[in-house]
Amino acid sequence: MSGMTASHDAAGAGGAIAQKAKVIQPAWVRVVHWINAVAMIMMIMSGWQIYNASPIFNFTFPTTITLGGWLGGALLWHFAAMWLLVFNGLVYVIAGFLTGRFRRKLLPISPSGVIDDTKAALAGKLSHDDLSTYNNVQKLLYVGVILAGVVVVMSGLSMWKPVQFQELTAVFGGYDSARVVHFCAMAAIVSFLVIHIVLAVLVPKSLRAMIIGR
Amino acid sequence: MGRNSKIIPGVDQTLLVKDAALLLPDPARRRFLAGGASLGALTLLTGCDVVDSFSAEDTLKQISKFNDAVQARIFNPNKLAPTYSESMIKRPFPFNAYYTLDEAPDVKAAEYKLELSGMIANKKPWTLDELYKLPQEKQITRHICVEGWSAIGSWSGAKLGDFLKKIGADTSAKYVRFICAEGYTTSLDMPTCFHPQTQMSFKFDDQILPRAYGYPMKIRVPTRLGFKNPKYVVGMEVTNDYMGGYWEDYGYNDYSGL
Repeated sequence: MSGMTASHDAAGAGGAIAQKAKVIQPAWVRVVHWINAVAMIMMIMSGWQIYNASPIFNFTFPTTITLGGWLGGALLWHFAAMWLLVFNGLVYVIAGFLTGRFRRKLLPISPSGVIDDTKAALAGKLSHDDLSTYNNVQKLLYVGVILAGVVVVMSGLSMWKPVQFQELTAVFGGYDSARVVHFCAMAAIVSFLVIHIVLAVLVPKSLRAMIIGR
Repeated sequence: MGRNSKIIPGVDQTLLVKDAALLLPDPARRRFLAGGASLGALTLLTGCDVVDSFSAEDTLKQISKFNDAVQARIFNPNKLAPTYSESMIKRPFPFNAYYTLDEAPDVKAAEYKLELSGMIANKKPWTLDELYKLPQEKQITRHICVEGWSAIGSWSGAKLGDFLKKIGADTSAKYVRFICAEGYTTSLDMPTCFHPQTQMSFKFDDQILPRAYGYPMKIRVPTRLGFKNPKYVVGMEVTNDYMGGYWEDYGYNDYSGL
């Protein structure tokens, strides 16, 4: 809110330039973010249906929140959405390094910073005035979910091709444990998503920034 | 107007119902097919125009075909599936089929003949005694089911590739199709048939293959998912035509490579 007003107040003759500088999320980030959102939801919901065919834990997912209707349908969705997820993810990771976004936005993370910011967040005292800078908790969660994304793709590849990519499967301790790793990485991503969505709702201007950029 | 018409020009209604049934979950699908459903019943059942869902289904199937091609490229004909020690064999090994063990084919050795058809020079059927005389070898490999579970088993039998050469199969053909005693069918592409671990199995865990695991002959393919490893095999056809298979027709990915 204040960001918009401030940039208008300071506008004057150089208004266009001042506004341009206030872009919080560049267009490429917004595009890959929303493609990723769609791909992840398809992967997670079809993945739950696939899991239900042979559960590794003592529960199954309600079919109302799964995609594909049955195992065969879910597999078709999962192995279609994987292309979207992987190519979009590659664009994000490569661009994240090349533009310096990862370095600028996600580093440094200090343990004491994480503790202080967690305390501040729980006390409701964390500032959201400058959305272009992430606090230590945000940095940790974003780095964490990127790593979970890498693990989910790698463990997924090792389950898909446990003969052709058997060296990769061995890294995860074999086919059966790769399934458990794949599940845990999914659970980590879903946990992130819950926090991520709750916070986006609590701080709506962050959601606006991810849609219109500022 | 077109959206409301129940008859779609140029579309076989029986096939359309069969295709649409693929969208349903497993048990419902079976009942559905058994019940002799009509297109009208389908529209009533779903409460919406069935035609709408076909573009999504069609796109998914096209991507699945693309995935077949990708997997054929990934397949390394010389890469062996990992092998395991005797102590890691799952005992009892799971029985898995779309029917119960009581309903499984009960093939009689005396009546058994392996029928050969298609692009094969010598189509003389093979008796079990003749098949048992083929040079055999043993493998302890991991069977991985499309459902996600896996189990290590021990299979003994003859190399399928050697047998295909012996019977004068045209090895430039695209597929070998397997016909099973209960009517199950599936097919493998030629490079997979010639993989050194692709086996015509006659024994499980050093015992004559029991009925549960496909007596008298199973095709063991450790580079493919379980449903591409047919049991109770009574016929082989060498062909260039892709003819689908039992599960493939329901929408499982055809290549299903590991």
